[in-house]
Amino acid sequence: MSRAPHTRLARRFAALRTEGRAGLVTFLTAGDPDAKTAWKILKGLPGAGADVIEIGMPFSDPMADGPAIQASSLRALKAGQTLKKTIGVVARFRKADRDTPIVLMGYFNPIYSYGVAKFLKDARAAGVDGLIVVDTPIEEEDELCGPARAAGLDFIQLVAPTTGEARLPKVLARASGFVYYVSITGITGTRSAAVSDVAGAVRRIRRHTHLPIAVGFGIRTPKQAAEIARIAEAAVVGSALINVIADGLDKSDKAKKGLGPRVLGLVTRLARGVRSAKSGRGAKWKAA
Amino acid sequence: MTKRNTYRAGPDEGGHFGIYGGRFVAETLMPLILEVERAYARYKDEPEFLAEKAYYYKHYVGRPSPLYYAKRLSERCGGAKIFFKREDLNHTGAHKVNSCIGQILLARRMGKTRVIAETGAGQHGVATATVCALFDIPCVVYMGTTDVARQAPNVFRMKMLGAEVRAVTSGSATLKDAMNEALRDWVANVHDTYYLIGTVAGPHPYPMMVRDFQSVIGNETREQILELEGRLPDSLVACVGGGSNAMGLFYPFLDEADVRIVGVEAAGDGIRTGRHAASITAGRPGVLHGNRTYLLQDADGQIQEAHSISAGLDYPGIGPEHSWLKDAGRVEYATITDKESVEAFHLLTRTEGIIPALESAHAIAHAVKMAPKLPKSHLMVVSLSGRGDKDLDTIAKISGPASVGEQKKGQPP
Ligand SMILES: Cc1ncc(COP(=O)(O)O)c(C=O)c1O
Repeated sequence: MSRAPHTRLARRFAALRTEGRAGLVTFLTAGDPDAKTAWKILKGLPGAGADVIEIGMPFSDPMADGPAIQASSLRALKAGQTLKKTIGVVARFRKADRDTPIVLMGYFNPIYSYGVAKFLKDARAAGVDGLIVVDTPIEEEDELCGPARAAGLDFIQLVAPTTGEARLPKVLARASGFVYYVSITGITGTRSAAVSDVAGAVRRIRRHTHLPIAVGFGIRTPKQAAEIARIAEAAVVGSALINVIADGLDKSDKAKKGLGPRVLGLVTRLARGVRSAKSGRGAKWKAA
Repeated sequence: MTKRNTYRAGPDEGGHFGIYGGRFVAETLMPLILEVERAYARYKDEPEFLAEKAYYYKHYVGRPSPLYYAKRLSERCGGAKIFFKREDLNHTGAHKVNSCIGQILLARRMGKTRVIAETGAGQHGVATATVCALFDIPCVVYMGTTDVARQAPNVFRMKMLGAEVRAVTSGSATLKDAMNEALRDWVANVHDTYYLIGTVAGPHPYPMMVRDFQSVIGNETREQILELEGRLPDSLVACVGGGSNAMGLFYPFLDEADVRIVGVEAAGDGIRTGRHAASITAGRPGVLHGNRTYLLQDADGQIQEAHSISAGLDYPGIGPEHSWLKDAGRVEYATITDKESVEAFHLLTRTEGIIPALESAHAIAHAVKMAPKLPKSHLMVVSLSGRGDKDLDTIAKISGPASVGEQKKGQPP
């Protein structure tokens, strides 16, 4: 490494590499089940062992998501979450934590409605590091990917099992921050991929990029997280955490006592799983 | 695409009609979308494909559908000469089958062995289930629970035809949510499944492809009116849900500057009540279901529920080409309320002995508003996109079976 990486994501992945381990990426929906509970959980994530935090920008029609994340988005919207509030939450988080990378994940329409230029400016000012937007593939790169990178935000590209050999380098050429491998052909929170398939896919991606690779969709348990940690730079867990939220609600979707600690408890166990898997494979990628 | 002298050049290579359209889908689906695009480009002008499509249009669907001069209705309105393009007489009872035939022939050539579809009124679901029965392909239709309830006869028909109807409970449990669920199914079954979209929406190439298949409506109309009247029509009127029957009628006439073109959106309880489905009239551009178009959405870009008595119009978006035609000023968009559409339903039934679909009744209601102000020489073609058998429950609930029976003979309500 010739010089210190200048983005928070690059610094974090470089640090993980130095530690010789993979990272845990957590996904939770902003404002789920309500702003106060969500804030308590968010604040506690780094301490519980989340290395990168993905915050879902709730959308009424999350087409790539399964029932768990659909329900979490609707809960958050019902509780009054907006994109503006989500950006505000990041700003508040940044006052106390300058190191943990935050990636906003969601769908394009709320961003388009907010105004792309204004969104990028506000998100960057709040301390957002990267974006994952499900429905802006490279064919629509001028909509968000190009402007985001110009505005100094990482644009994390999704790679799927259906992304063929000819297409893969084109997708990866437009990626920054890290690469998100969607390990199943399916929606979130449904199936889990076979580890051997994931390992093959990660090798395939690595031939075309020096970026760290995170694997998501279908990782629920500390054991699964550990398996992924042996073959990739990070494991992403979303629906499993959101299921803990769903289980901790009363009939009117209000958080029951102890909900926050239960979510953070699972994060701690997942982090332990990830950390148990010293891989030594971090050396495969180079910091930007 | 904006060659000044034509409105028919779109979309561009990326599927854009001006700023509208495009391919806003997840990476998992993107390779599939490109595969559909390649397959369509390969087969759309291939003689064998065209011959097979023409065969089924003629011998199975019953095309060409008649262009019928509605003499009594025209006289009653006291103005324009109103013609109906009788898509209601197609096999399965609506225009939807035109695109289903085209798409199933494509799906077969692509080697797909399973078909999924979304449906609102159930007409597209029935048409899809029908062509799947015809070609022996397993079929799953997604339908919101609200629509399952109000279009029960069509649910039964789909099941009879061997399709599996999956009721969708998420969101508003109508067409929008059925489409979300179909897209989710497709993501999970990309290897063998063809998504047979029912209207000129979705990611490119669907808006273009469905428009092309539905253009048989406008192409036939052109020939038929020339034969009947020796000239082109002065106006065209069609209802707009996603906008496929309208695009099909309009497209061949877009460059005929003298033809006035009107799309009719569903105003539900009235635009001012907020309970409507008029995305062009009351929405703003946004991105949903793979394309940019006018959408009903709140200040935060969350999609709002649409409301219409007619399940086929109960959608918070519209095909992207309509959005472009609206901005370009080539097509006018009007609105008709639930109440007005029910009145038109009864009116057509009593004056012409044709029971229209509630979707089509929106177009009829607007035509009936326009006609009296126009000269007797004015030729108006209205898309009678479907028949109303599926809506009898809804009508009975509103008007009451008894009250319908009580109306005096020869006096439309
Ligand atoms: C009879 C009929 N007309 C119109 C529509 C609306 O669809 P589109 O706007 O795509 O023609 C439907 C949809 O179900 C329908 O069944």
